[in-house]
Amino acid sequence: MEKTWNNKAWFMVLPVLVLVAFSAVIPLMTVVNYSVQDTFGNNEFFWAGTDWFTDVLESDRFWDALIRNLIFSGIILTIEIPLGILIALNMPKKGLGVPVCLVLMALPLLIPWNVVGTIWQVFGRVDIGLLGYALAALGINYNYVNNVFDAWVTLIVMDIWHWTSLVVLLCYAGLVSIPDAYYQAAKIDGASRWSVFRYIQLPKMKRVLLIAFLLRFMDSFMIYTEPFVVTGGGPGNATTFLSIDLVKMAVGQFDLGPAAALSIIYFLIILLLSWIFYTVMTTSDAQK
Amino acid sequence: MARINLDHIRHAYGASPKSPSDYSLKEVHHEWNDGGAYALLGPSGCGKTTLLNIISGLLQPSEGKILFDGRDVTYLSTQDRNIAQVFQFPVIYDTMTVYDNLAFPLRNRHVPEGEVDRRVNEILEMIGLADRAKKKAQGLTADQKQKISLGRGLVRSDVSAILFDEPLTVIDPHMKWVLRSQLKRLHKQFGFTMVYVTHDQTEALTFADKVVVMYDGEIVQIGTPAELFEKPKHTFVGYFIGSPGMNVLPAKIDGSSVDLDGQKVALSFAPKITAGAKTELGIRPEFVRLGREGMPVTISKVEDIGRQKIVRASFSNRPIAIVVHEDGEIPAEPRVTFDPTAINIYADSWRVGGEA
Repeated sequence: MEKTWNNKAWFMVLPVLVLVAFSAVIPLMTVVNYSVQDTFGNNEFFWAGTDWFTDVLESDRFWDALIRNLIFSGIILTIEIPLGILIALNMPKKGLGVPVCLVLMALPLLIPWNVVGTIWQVFGRVDIGLLGYALAALGINYNYVNNVFDAWVTLIVMDIWHWTSLVVLLCYAGLVSIPDAYYQAAKIDGASRWSVFRYIQLPKMKRVLLIAFLLRFMDSFMIYTEPFVVTGGGPGNATTFLSIDLVKMAVGQFDLGPAAALSIIYFLIILLLSWIFYTVMTTSDAQK
Repeated sequence: MARINLDHIRHAYGASPKSPSDYSLKEVHHEWNDGGAYALLGPSGCGKTTLLNIISGLLQPSEGKILFDGRDVTYLSTQDRNIAQVFQFPVIYDTMTVYDNLAFPLRNRHVPEGEVDRRVNEILEMIGLADRAKKKAQGLTADQKQKISLGRGLVRSDVSAILFDEPLTVIDPHMKWVLRSQLKRLHKQFGFTMVYVTHDQTEALTFADKVVVMYDGEIVQIGTPAELFEKPKHTFVGYFIGSPGMNVLPAKIDGSSVDLDGQKVALSFAPKITAGAKTELGIRPEFVRLGREGMPVTISKVEDIGRQKIVRASFSNRPIAIVVHEDGEIPAEPRVTFDPTAINIYADSWRVGGEA
């Protein structure tokens, strides 16, 4: 079929372009602006070149926070993805249980992030929190305020509580789209429960799992509010992730140059890792 | 391969069926021969898929028993029944190769790998996909996928029956012919018992030795294509089989003569009618003779379908279809006669025999 080319069609995307420019591109450019200059207020700027970038990349503070971020994302992905699949597999497919389960699953997702942080902050307190008090009563020495391990466990459990639902809902959507005939055929072929999962359910869930994986990776890599509320980055710097460090640097110390450089590096890392994951996962699909 | 006995089977989807209308499948009691090709034919919602699922074990009948070669399998699960089923939409395991797809049912049953290889290669040859054995099944066309579904049934040497649930729905028309004839050839060659669900009469008639016509949860007739055509047991069969379907005209029966709104037609027999029954005369359009003699009709439309013409007419204000040869003459003052041997008489929609 002959296609009609009409360059006026570009005007159609103009509103979106303007919107994206104001919401993303212009703020990002301001950050770029700060990252290559030094300022002492009064709108006076001095060219700093790549100094801030070198500073950030040479600091232990950056690398420590980055490693904490990677470990955190790694742990929550290894727990939330399989757990989400497991829960989705066991959710009812029809009847009254469906809406009940869906609402229960959606609840944590509806709670504002700082509220989630506050809930767990109180929940885990040894003096008044249900969890902290109960653990103390059981004779377990638990205190997320001054014990690094306890702080990490609290953050991880909180994130699992908060976000596994997302994985569950996505997987569930993938599962219910599988026609009954597949399960019937599997029965006839004498397939075991594991084979059904391995050869029918998992392949059909692949796309939604990819989305779940990417969303959970990006979100956990950018985590800020909840650890900020619960641990404030402590004890010491034990739960200071890149985002918390960034805010400390930009708002606390008002080091706009290094903060801007860190922002850009942070953004590029997320972009790069997401791109790698996406490429790896989709090319393995295309090879078949 | 097995003989299938359906022993007084009834099924209702509701919990406690009371009246006959609660049953989506009314009583079925039949024996299907080993190696036979049966087609379950009927419109959507007539219970044919219900019956198929009862045979395959995906559904347990509310009442009755089902036997394979005399063995009661009513409460056996699908995998223990040794049946194979081909579904409406091709079911394949996307991530496996064609070879592994076919090997899957055997490996699940712990067949030794040497035997698996021998069987799978045999089937690959049979369904003509040998050159794609090592390819992923994902990229195949719908008909190739459907062949794999079939192959997964054939690969097990011990299957009692192969069930088909409208397997050609998603296949392109020209491939339908090819697949259907291949299926028929395979059936002749290997003699498996085949049950084939369809709502396409051409498919059923060309494919099966015996066609089981279902209507409203009931088997209305089991017969060869010729029997269904010549002696439809129920007006529904007459209407459903054949294109156009049988003409059914309300009639008053008096001994061996019929009164069609004042027009008398003589019968070769005297049907026995219980008093008060609604009586009708059925005649296939192929056996209505259009000419200058007989009963007057008014022609409203002539459809030329190539070798034949279908004349749509009204016979004392009731529609009637007549099949005329392509160079058959259509007179100006048309009249019709009925071939007396092709007349069927129905009382309350069921056929009444002459001798009965």
